[in-house]
This record gives sequence, C-alpha cells and structure tokens, in this order.
Amino acid sequence: MLRTWRQRITLTDIVVWAIGVAIGAVIIIGTIATLRSGKYSANTWLDLTVKGLALGGVYALIAMGYTLVYGILRMINFAHSEVFMSGPFTAVFLANALSRSGFMDRQPLIGMLLVLALSIAVSMTIAVLLERIAYRPLRHAPRLVPLITAIGASFFLQYVFRGLYGSGFQAYAIPKVLQGSITIGGLRIFNTQIAVILGALGMMFALYAIVQWTKTGKAMRAVSEDKEAAALMGIDVDRIISLTFALGGISAGAAGILYALLFPVVNFIMGFIPGLKAFTAAVLGGIGNVPGAFLGAMILGLIESIGPNLFLDGLGVPTPSQLKDAIAFTILVFILIFRPTGILGERMAQSKA
Amino acid sequence: MFKRLNALLALLVLASLVLAACGSPTTPTQATATMAPATEAPATEAPDTEPAAFECTDAIGCVDIAPDEPIHIAYALVVSGPNESLGVDSRNAIEIAIDDIGGQILGHDVRFDGEDEGCSAEGGQAAATKLAADPTIVAVVGTNCSSAARVAIPLIDQAGFVMVSSSNTAPDLTEPGSDNNFVPAYARVAHNDNLQGRVAAEYVYNELKLTKAATIHDGSLYADQLQQVFAARFQELGGTITAQEAVSPDQTDMSSVLSSIAAGTPEIVYFPIFMPAGAFIIRQAKQTPGLETAVLMGADGLYSPDLIEGAGEDVEGFLVSSPAAGADVEAEYAEKHQAKFGGPPPSTFHLHAYDSFMIIKNAIEEVAVQDADGTLHIGRQALRDAVHNTENHDGLTGVLTCNETVEPVKYPGDCAAAGIGVWEYHFGEFGPPANPELIWTP
Repeated sequence: MLRTWRQRITLTDIVVWAIGVAIGAVIIIGTIATLRSGKYSANTWLDLTVKGLALGGVYALIAMGYTLVYGILRMINFAHSEVFMSGPFTAVFLANALSRSGFMDRQPLIGMLLVLALSIAVSMTIAVLLERIAYRPLRHAPRLVPLITAIGASFFLQYVFRGLYGSGFQAYAIPKVLQGSITIGGLRIFNTQIAVILGALGMMFALYAIVQWTKTGKAMRAVSEDKEAAALMGIDVDRIISLTFALGGISAGAAGILYALLFPVVNFIMGFIPGLKAFTAAVLGGIGNVPGAFLGAMILGLIESIGPNLFLDGLGVPTPSQLKDAIAFTILVFILIFRPTGILGERMAQSKA
Repeated sequence: MFKRLNALLALLVLASLVLAACGSPTTPTQATATMAPATEAPATEAPDTEPAAFECTDAIGCVDIAPDEPIHIAYALVVSGPNESLGVDSRNAIEIAIDDIGGQILGHDVRFDGEDEGCSAEGGQAAATKLAADPTIVAVVGTNCSSAARVAIPLIDQAGFVMVSSSNTAPDLTEPGSDNNFVPAYARVAHNDNLQGRVAAEYVYNELKLTKAATIHDGSLYADQLQQVFAARFQELGGTITAQEAVSPDQTDMSSVLSSIAAGTPEIVYFPIFMPAGAFIIRQAKQTPGLETAVLMGADGLYSPDLIEGAGEDVEGFLVSSPAAGADVEAEYAEKHQAKFGGPPPSTFHLHAYDSFMIIKNAIEEVAVQDADGTLHIGRQALRDAVHNTENHDGLTGVLTCNETVEPVKYPGDCAAAGIGVWEYHFGEFGPPANPELIWTP
C-alpha cells in the first residue's frame, strides 16, 4: 500500500500540495489574526456579506452563459463578456429617457421591465448572431480555432459598441423606489441589493427549470451528451445550439441590468472584468454544470467582498483591497489543486467520460 | 526528416529577414536623431543654399526647415479612453492657440499632430517611441498624465526634443536629484503636486476644521505622490491619517476598501484618482456604514463632466482641488472654445495647454536662425535652454517663470504661476465656474 502510494506521488504533486497547504495556512492565520484584532464589527462583516451575495448573484447569471455553451459545444465563449456589456450599454439610453420624462417614477415596475426587456433583447440578439456568424461555420474546425475567433469577436464587439455610443461613461438613473434602504438589527440593506439578490435567484431558478424540466432542456442535455445521437433521435442540433446561446444571452442581459443597479456606470469595456470573474466562477463550480456555476459565483462574490479584509488585514498587509483580484484567483488555484474539476465538477466528468 | 530540416531552414531564413527588416530602419533614425545633425546635417543642406551656409554648432543638433515646410510641433496627450476629455481639452486649447497666432511661426505654417498617451506608462512609451522616430518634430506638448510622462520623457530627451507638459503634476518629475528629472528637456506649466497636496490639506485642516483623514490612491504616480504630500502636510498641521489605502484604476466594487477605511472613522476621505474609480467611490461611500456623512474630496483628475454623469446625485458636495485662474480669462477662453468646437471646455488644464504651446512658440522665435531664403535652423539644445529660461511670460494662467525655486512647491522646470483653489460639485449640468463652483482660494 505504502509502496504504491510512493510510486504514484510525483515531485509535481508534492510541490502543488505544498502550495495548497501554504495558501490554506495563510488564509487561516490571517482570518484568526483579523478576528482577534476586533477592528471590524459584526455589522461590517454582515454588510460585506450582503454585498458579496449581490455581486455573486450577478456573476452567477453571467457564468450561466459560459457554462451552458461549454456544456454543449465544449468551447469557451470568450465573447460572452461583450454579450453582457451590449445589453445594459444599450438600455441605459432607454432608462435615462424614461427617468427624464418622469415615467420611471410614476410606473417604476413597467419602466424597469421595459429596460430589462431591451437589455435582454439586445444581449440575446448579439449572442445568437455571434453563434450564427462566428462559431457555426467553425463547428468542425480544431478546438483552438473557435477559441481564437471568440477573442477576435470580443474585440470586434467592444469596438463596435464604442463606435455606436462613444467611449465615455453613461450612468444609470436608479429609480426612486430602489433608492432607499431597510435596516434589520442595525444592518442597513439597500433596496438595490435586495432587488439584485432576488432577481438573480429568480433568474437562476428559471434557467435551471428550463434546462431540467422542459422538453427543450431535455433536448439541450441530449445534444450535450452526444450530438450525433441526438440528431439521429430527431433533434434539430443547430436549433438547440442557437437556443443555448439565446439562453446565455438572456441571462447576460438580465445580469447586465442587475450589475448596473449595483455599479450604475457603464461603458464599452465594462464587460471585461465581470466576464473574467464569471468565467472563473464557472470553472470554480465545475464548468458545464448549472448549479456549480451558481455555487462558484456565490463563493467568488463572497471571497472578493470579504476576503481582503478577512484574510490579509490581520497579517498587516498594507492596502489589502488592491489585492482582491489576486485573492480571488489564488482561491481558484487553491480549490483546483484539491478538486481539479471544480466543486461540483465530478458528476459531469463522469457522465462525459 | 529532410522535410523537417527544410522547414527549419526556411523558418530561420524568414526569421533573419524579419529581424533585418526590423533592424535596418531604426539604426539610421537613431543615428540622425542623436549624433548626425551636429556634423552631417548642415553638410547635406549646403549645396543648395547660399554660400554663407548656416553652420550648426548646437550640442545635440539642429532642425532645418526649408522655406515651404511647416514647423512640426507634436502632442502626446490622452485623446482616447476614459480620460479623453482631459487630452481633447488640451488639444483644443493648442489649436485655439495656433489660430490666435495666425497659424504661423516666423512665416512657417505650424504642423500640429501627435499620439495618444493613454494615461498609462504603456501608452506613454508607445507615444514617445513613435514621436522620437520623427526627426522633423521640433517640440512636444505633453503628456497629460504623470505615469505616461515618467516613461516618455527619457525617450523624448534621447530624441533631442523639448517637451512641455500642460498637466503633469507628480513632484518627482522636476524634483532636484530625482531619477525622473530630465529638466531642461522637460518643463511643465501645471502646478507641482507638492503645492496641490498642501493646499488641499490646509483647506481641510484650517477651513473645514477636520482632524481625521483617510486617503485612497490607485497606484498611479500622480495619485500616490499626491496623497503622500496631502498626508504629510495634514499630519504636520496636527491632523491624524487613519488609513492610506489603494484601489486599482478599473475596480468597480469598493466595498472592502471602504469598510476598511470606515473602521478608522475618518471625517474626510481624500482620493486624488481618476474616472471611473472616483465615481464608484463617491457612490459606494454613501452606502458604507460609518462613511455616510464623511466629506469626500478628490483632486484635479476628477475635475471632469464625466464625474457628474458617473456619480449621479451623490456628487452633490463633492470637493476637488484644481487650478483656479481668473474668471475673466476663463470666460474669454470658453467663448473661443464655444465658437471653434461648440460647447464648453470639457476639462481643466486647457489654459495650461495654451500656455505650454505659447512658451514653445516664444522659445522658437528666440533661437531660430533664418536664412535669406526663409530656411529656419533651430538648435535643439538652444531651444531647450530658451524654454527653460522663460521668464515673466504673460500667460493665461498667470506670469510664468520656469527657472526658479520656491521651496518646496516649485523647482526649475516648474513654470506654474496659478494658484490652486477648492471647487465644489453640484448635481446638474457641468459648467464651471458655476458647477463645479470655486468655493475657496488660499
């Protein structure tokens, strides 16, 4: 037993595990030191948690686009961050027009639904066109080809939108109903945060229901298992792939509006960082897996929000929040060392094998 | 096997061709830029000109401008991206200045074009490298951002040009003994941040009577040095600095940094950074427990119409320190801008850009040697010295003298005269001097 172990463990394994253990140790020591210093009150932690959950909800919706497309085509759609940008960057003009004319204050629900619908429609159109024009002709090409195409499409879309609306910033006018906050036991929660968390949860559930419980969802899962076999069973594979991109676009468009509620300034490069984070979240949760994307996104959102103060403040690291991206990606490495397929990735790995 | 060898050979040949192609154009241009003009340039000009040919004795060479050729003055400004209003504003000002002098210097047209410096070290490097390869350039106006200046100035210096900046404010660009000090190849009309940081600290401590401050910078040269000057002066006056934090320029979620700052309960948060991070901090500070009522203050980097757009209603009461020129000068300039470009000047520092160009123009007029046929010869070192020794230049921002020392706010290379004022933002249309409103000058 011991001999087989010794034979199987290579130097790489030892180094990787050592890195993992070191990261874990820093996290634990840092956390203990921060909590013992008592610099932050319980309310501060709760406040950061709520913010982290809201952020995680947005990441989760964007991550859906990555994970659905990966599940079906085994490709990473790097242009998804631009699908995400296109919706809110277009809808900002409608939102501001509605708010200037006073409509948004009189009929906030209808107004917001209109803005959401426009954002979703634009993102969905971009996603479907992207698949039809950029990816479908390359479906049988080597894997690297669509990947490079995706990066090219990403730049193309960024600069098309820059050309359309300019490189400046556009700000969302937050409707009056969402401007307030409620206080629960000394903790102030903003209406926008509540709206984002509820909206993200609702959308996630709807997407999960579509994939899991409808006929179309069943067809999507069939195509993801085996395209040829699915085609033989009478499933229109092209249509299902288009639908998958459409679903990804819908969730990205909705995510864009929720993101704009949290950070109401949009411009043409706004998609890059959230896109990268959502992709990370999808990998963290196990790419190709819907609940995994949700879990990964929530974990990432929380780590980003709480991590810098919790892990590094107690160690005396100056300006820890500048390192929040580094922390998020270090955690990704940490988790992938111990679970290379992501947190919920195993089920998928088995079924695809 | 042979096929592979052949392929390898072909690759090697290709690589050598590419390398040769890259190598050949750069070597001669560098040679002409640094050494050749001193000895060879006049010799090549000689056959066509009059017998009493001009002999260039300048230490780093001369620019020769034939009778029908324009004088080439280039810019390195941030004319695209999130900070483009700053660069476009400066460029507009120079175009207005060129109109004001009738489009000509000493009977030669002015050719004015340039490169985007992107408000970053990478952008500054790219812009300066491109400019340095063009030996027709006489002088450069730029850069806007200190981060870009730090890498651009050495390249401009090597190329033999002189650069006058309208809006670099980082202290170490003119600080005696600093590695980044290339004066007299460089001069600036903008104030030194040693001044701006001190004025901000004095306003907060003496006028607002606040004693606990926190600062945030974004890792840029400008923001980091400015907040250091602020913190040092604030502590000197008797205040306490509760935290000196940092964010990254493209960060949107500021919750962790603001929570960390809130733990020290500061009365004022000073963040001399740029858009969009500045707008996110303004918005999110109002939502962070403990910072709801803290005074928020930035610097001239946040003096821009984009800020009102980005921060929305939360911009009300936001303070920035920024140059305060005379209201009448500003109004007169705004009229010219309105007439030529339509709309008010989109940022600050346009008067500085105007003055930067005028200093260069005066220096050219001072040192240029003109042949009988109209050919101009401009000694590069002579031009640098003339810019550097500018004295009592009556500019739009005040009376400028570039070679004097006023400890610790002005060193040789700092031409600035204008004072710094504190401006307050209101929610509404951007339109100085009403919004932002000038509320205090020292």
